[in-house]
Amino acid sequence: MRGEYGALTFIYGTVMSSVIALLIALPVSIGVAVFLTEIANTVTKNTVSFLIEILAAIPSIIFGFWGIFVLAPFMRNTVQPFLQSSLGFLPIFSGSAAGFGLLTAGIILAIMITPIITAITRDVLKAIPVSQREAAYALGATKWEAIKMALLNAKSGILGATVLGLGRAVGETMAVTMVIGNKAQIKESLFEPAYSMASVIANEFAEASGGLHVSALIEVGLILFGVTFIINSLARILIYSFTKKTQTR
Amino acid sequence: MNDEKITAEAVLTDTEITQEQELTSDEIYEKSKFALETENLTVSFYGREAISDINVKYRKHTVNAIIGPSGCGKSTFLRALNFMHDLTPGAVVSGSIKIHGRDISEYDMTNVRRRVGMVFQKPNPFPTMSIYENVTAGLTLHKRHGRRILDETVEKSLRLAGLWEETKDRLKVSAMALSGGQQQRLCIARTLAINPEIILFDEPTSALDPISTSKIEESIHELKKDYTIIVVTHNMQQASRVSDYTSFFFLGKLIEHSKTRTVFTSPKNKLTEEYVIGKFG
Amino acid sequence: MIDYYAKIGNNSGRRKIKSRIMLFLCVTAAMIAILPLVYIFFYTTLQGASSLNLAFFTELPKPVGEEGGGMANAIIGTGILVGIGSVFGIPVGIMAGIYVTEYSKSIFANIIKFVTDVLSGIPSIIIGIFTYGLIVVPMQRFSAYAGGFALGLLMIPTVTRITEEMLKLVPHTLREAALALGIPRWKTTLMIVLRTASGGIITGILLAVARAAGETAPLLFTSFGNSFWSSALDGPMASIPVQIFNYAISPYDEWHRKAWAGAFVLIALVFVISLIVRLATRNKFSQSA
Repeated sequence: MRGEYGALTFIYGTVMSSVIALLIALPVSIGVAVFLTEIANTVTKNTVSFLIEILAAIPSIIFGFWGIFVLAPFMRNTVQPFLQSSLGFLPIFSGSAAGFGLLTAGIILAIMITPIITAITRDVLKAIPVSQREAAYALGATKWEAIKMALLNAKSGILGATVLGLGRAVGETMAVTMVIGNKAQIKESLFEPAYSMASVIANEFAEASGGLHVSALIEVGLILFGVTFIINSLARILIYSFTKKTQTR
Repeated sequence: MNDEKITAEAVLTDTEITQEQELTSDEIYEKSKFALETENLTVSFYGREAISDINVKYRKHTVNAIIGPSGCGKSTFLRALNFMHDLTPGAVVSGSIKIHGRDISEYDMTNVRRRVGMVFQKPNPFPTMSIYENVTAGLTLHKRHGRRILDETVEKSLRLAGLWEETKDRLKVSAMALSGGQQQRLCIARTLAINPEIILFDEPTSALDPISTSKIEESIHELKKDYTIIVVTHNMQQASRVSDYTSFFFLGKLIEHSKTRTVFTSPKNKLTEEYVIGKFG
Repeated sequence: MIDYYAKIGNNSGRRKIKSRIMLFLCVTAAMIAILPLVYIFFYTTLQGASSLNLAFFTELPKPVGEEGGGMANAIIGTGILVGIGSVFGIPVGIMAGIYVTEYSKSIFANIIKFVTDVLSGIPSIIIGIFTYGLIVVPMQRFSAYAGGFALGLLMIPTVTRITEEMLKLVPHTLREAALALGIPRWKTTLMIVLRTASGGIITGILLAVARAAGETAPLLFTSFGNSFWSSALDGPMASIPVQIFNYAISPYDEWHRKAWAGAFVLIALVFVISLIVRLATRNKFSQSA
């Protein structure tokens, strides 16, 4: 029974896909937030913010659908063969290029959480007083050095944004279900299919036969709920404490 | 800077005690003569006292000005009379307020506010409502009224506030279409419509141009016949123009409350004198 | 001495170049972030618009192999589910928003604020399981009620948040003006404050509705799905997202085309509503400024 209904493989799939997503989304999001607060002029800023808002509003089913027909084939035919030929000696890039798997799921998730991390990082950067930036310039800092100082100042807020993005990635269901390959296994290669907690619930819950199967799925659901609850609480506390800090300054 | 403040306060506590006695002995009249009295009224924000132990009595059908340098607590005092501190987090009000000799604890809260109307520093008409709706808001949101009563109230209130001639043909227009001065007079009309006994003005002309200011001062003069008026102002000329009595506040204390002429020509307190002749503030 | 200046000169040159590179990377990041959106948007439009016709909106789905057919039942189903969700979720969300803003002094209000913030991050699939236990199990069947309830739960945090933000924009002086007229607190909130903020709140609600219309995960085992017309609210009901999911994972090209058409409808809905919200809120800000 233990082997049949164990949750470890699903936890592994969820964790790995979310970590890949964060690794990709975090630098991009910080870059976009810096672009929006420090570089872009008003028109560009409004347009880019608007597009990113829409990106956040696109239903996850559409990301998944697009993943099946565009991203997965692209991964299989272009990205994965390239990674194999250049970095194939690493175990994570070994194995056959199937398209559907952890890496593809991670990339879809990265696209989906970028708007969230960007939005909050942008707000956090905006909350830092202009006088601090002026002080940095007055000491002869370059533009990037001034920005870097702002980023360092905002690190607890950015951490909160990151954790919030992680929470979203962990709980995302449809898009992951459609591209992760839905195979309950733990392999070292990121090309291999896997299964996430949310996906197994989505796929099996409606057709689950027998009390044990349903209970096992509900247990997975409870783990998922607990994890996302803790992650989100942590994120909110980080963000609250950051905004409080800047308000009292 | 800090040292100066401390010495000023020390002087104050000395003079204040005698002052208080003079006030109470000077103005012992029958109770019904007073529209509003306060006893040891103290307001603190997060434990810091903004005004302390204010004892003052306002006679019926008089205009009373409150003057003092900014930060002296004059607005805080005025807002306490209308329970406006209920909305402010961390505010604690103690002491007692009497309206026509009865303690306000004997009245219902909204009832107090209907007896004590308030006009604020910046005009604040309700932006989603027409001129007509603004004037009647206090009535219609309280209970249903007949059309005729509302019409009459609107005309009467707007006339009293000196706005009727300018707006009678466009009562259905949004209140935001009016100029700043007109908006402030609309706010006065809105307060008059609920027929209060006492009207509080919190620096009613500080956001207005001189012509609007003189119009509002005219209205205040008119209103004296039917209402008791308390005006906070930072403009001493205004205080001397419109008021019968003047109170001088300094650092959260009431320094002097006398006839306006007395305050401006022969103040009893040295601080008042210095403020009135412009030595500080 | 000269050496010293030379050092600074060298160093500052390198720092400037580094600054340029980093700024360039930020611009690149912005482009990378937008690229998928543009791709998804045009790809869906290209694939979906060509499969879109009148039958899509008026006819029932046809079995594999038969030409034509549409998603009419799913379109109406999504309307019904979102309707049920709105009836439940919007009032609760608005009330929570009012409570959090207007009565923010109380500790309970802070707790509600925290809970709605955390709730907004709870995966929608969990909301689905919760609803399954609460409604589907006792009723012993999938139903539109259950699906609508799940969507309503998902709308609450968004509606609460937008209500909170819009109420905060209402100047404090208006509340004071109303209270000074002797208008009771609850009437002030309802007739003055809420009325002033109503424009912004409505646009926010539109956004919440659009998001709910695209939700799939909470519907999988609440309203389930249905290939036929169904007006029974206590029975399974079709919806656009679930229909797209079922078609997308099928092996049939024809169903894929239908799914693209459905995806196009959803994306157009999101785009139009986002645009409305953007324009409406921008006008609001420029007015107040």
